[in-house]
Amino acid sequence: MARNATPRKAPRQRLEKPRRSAGAQSAQTSLRDRFTAWRLHHRDSFYDALGRMRRARASSAMTIVVIAIALALPSGLSVLLDNAKVITRGWDGNAHLSVFLKLDTDDSTQRKLAEQWQARPDIQRTQVITRQQALAEFQALSGFGDVLQALPDNPLPPLIVVFPDSTDPVSLKALQNRLEESPAVDLVQLDVEWVRRLHAMIELGERMITALTLALALAVVLVVVNTIRLAIESRREEIVVVKIVGGTDGFVRRPFLYTGFCFGFAGGLLAVILVQIALWWLGGPINELLRLYSSDQTLATLGISSLLTLPLFSGILGLLGAWLAVGRHLGEIEPNF
Amino acid sequence: MIQFDRVSKRYPNGKDALSKVSFTLPAGELTFLTGHSGAGKSTLLKLIMMIERPTHGQVLVEGQSLNAFGNRHIPLLRRKIGMVHQNHQLLFDRSVFDNVALPLVIAGYARADIGKRVRAALDKVGLLDKERLNPIMLSGGEQQRVGIARAVVNKPPLLLADEPTGNLDPQLSAEIMDLFQDFARVGVAVLIASHDLSLIARYRHRLLTLREGRLIHDAEEAAHGA
Repeated sequence: MARNATPRKAPRQRLEKPRRSAGAQSAQTSLRDRFTAWRLHHRDSFYDALGRMRRARASSAMTIVVIAIALALPSGLSVLLDNAKVITRGWDGNAHLSVFLKLDTDDSTQRKLAEQWQARPDIQRTQVITRQQALAEFQALSGFGDVLQALPDNPLPPLIVVFPDSTDPVSLKALQNRLEESPAVDLVQLDVEWVRRLHAMIELGERMITALTLALALAVVLVVVNTIRLAIESRREEIVVVKIVGGTDGFVRRPFLYTGFCFGFAGGLLAVILVQIALWWLGGPINELLRLYSSDQTLATLGISSLLTLPLFSGILGLLGAWLAVGRHLGEIEPNF
Repeated sequence: MIQFDRVSKRYPNGKDALSKVSFTLPAGELTFLTGHSGAGKSTLLKLIMMIERPTHGQVLVEGQSLNAFGNRHIPLLRRKIGMVHQNHQLLFDRSVFDNVALPLVIAGYARADIGKRVRAALDKVGLLDKERLNPIMLSGGEQQRVGIARAVVNKPPLLLADEPTGNLDPQLSAEIMDLFQDFARVGVAVLIASHDLSLIARYRHRLLTLREGRLIHDAEEAAHGA
């Protein structure tokens, strides 16, 4: 108490006047002194919370690690999902229809058709792949070059790749139908089903992560409730004494609320560190994937803002847990003699 | 200072702890409260501390009825009351100084002022040289004096004591009683609950006797004779 002593004017002693309505007011300390004391008690409660956490090192560490794991799981998964979204973002633009023409269509008809289509408003551009180009490409890429050489005819059909203006599934389907009406067209292959499936899976993943986040946030709150409940129990005598000598509920509550916040904040901080370690460890393979799928992206990590928001969010969860525990258990402890 | 006006207290289990108790405790007077265990001594103290509320009647402190006080007023009321317990209620995780300083910290005194007041209170009970010790290192009598220092450090107008000499030998009891008489002399209303009749007989003070919740005897000093 005395270590932070600063010279200050003694509180004014006022004569007690009989007041009928003012209640039992303490007239012994000035408002300024009480504000200073309130501020100092906040500071002391904070240091007291840290001190108690440090002294009970093993159990505090366990609580913090439990909170950290509970928070690292959803935040790590959501970072991975963000990366999956980055990979698939490029694919939307690449949605196209492969229009295979009948085998007997000659190159000039193919070219004319492509030009016609390109003029349509729902088609952005077209790309012509003649039978010879297709054969050359196939020989180069498939490794079946010798087999194809042995065939009497080129078995590959002429192909027009159509890049549509709109990539939403309904208009793509409509375009596919229209193109199929053309007499020269053998088959229109719409290559978007699996992209849609992927989008659905990402949507599902997002929802699962949201549910997981809610469940694990609740777990964090409950862990803190339990920790604070034990802390209240172990300080029962102190609470009784403080209440007897006129401590307000706020005075009694304050150290526990700080303890809850500190546990939450420390857990959140450790969660950030765990996620960063995990991303660093997975970084190599993920960057390789990103490079393969879309050349200009690198691994998305927790943003700078999450470095602060996650511990703060977690601190607020801790505060909430402490508040629940205090509200539930502090009222049970009343002086008795 | 304290006035009981036909106060009754019935607990939820149906037990009548107090029935129509009326008396007045003026400032500057020491009063004993006695009665066998279960007679209502503890209930009476709890009503003053607002640990319990009366079923009927009213308790007035400094002319104000406690019935009008909400729960948030309770801490402010208790700061006007110094309470001394039989089992001291000291905290063994901190020094004697910090134990005595607790009411001042709670009431929001300036730090420098706390030091002065705590040392004045410890000086009064003769423990100025023990301020840095943990109370667990002190004898029973010394612990009780730390409890008294804590009760009076805030200079409350009312001092309540629940069996303050219960565990002490006669000589230590006499020392404690001398302290209480000193406080009464400087204007504090002192109420000592005790069933130690030999101790009560040794001092000439007003005596309130409870039996089964009723105040059966309210004897002034004169009634005891010399």
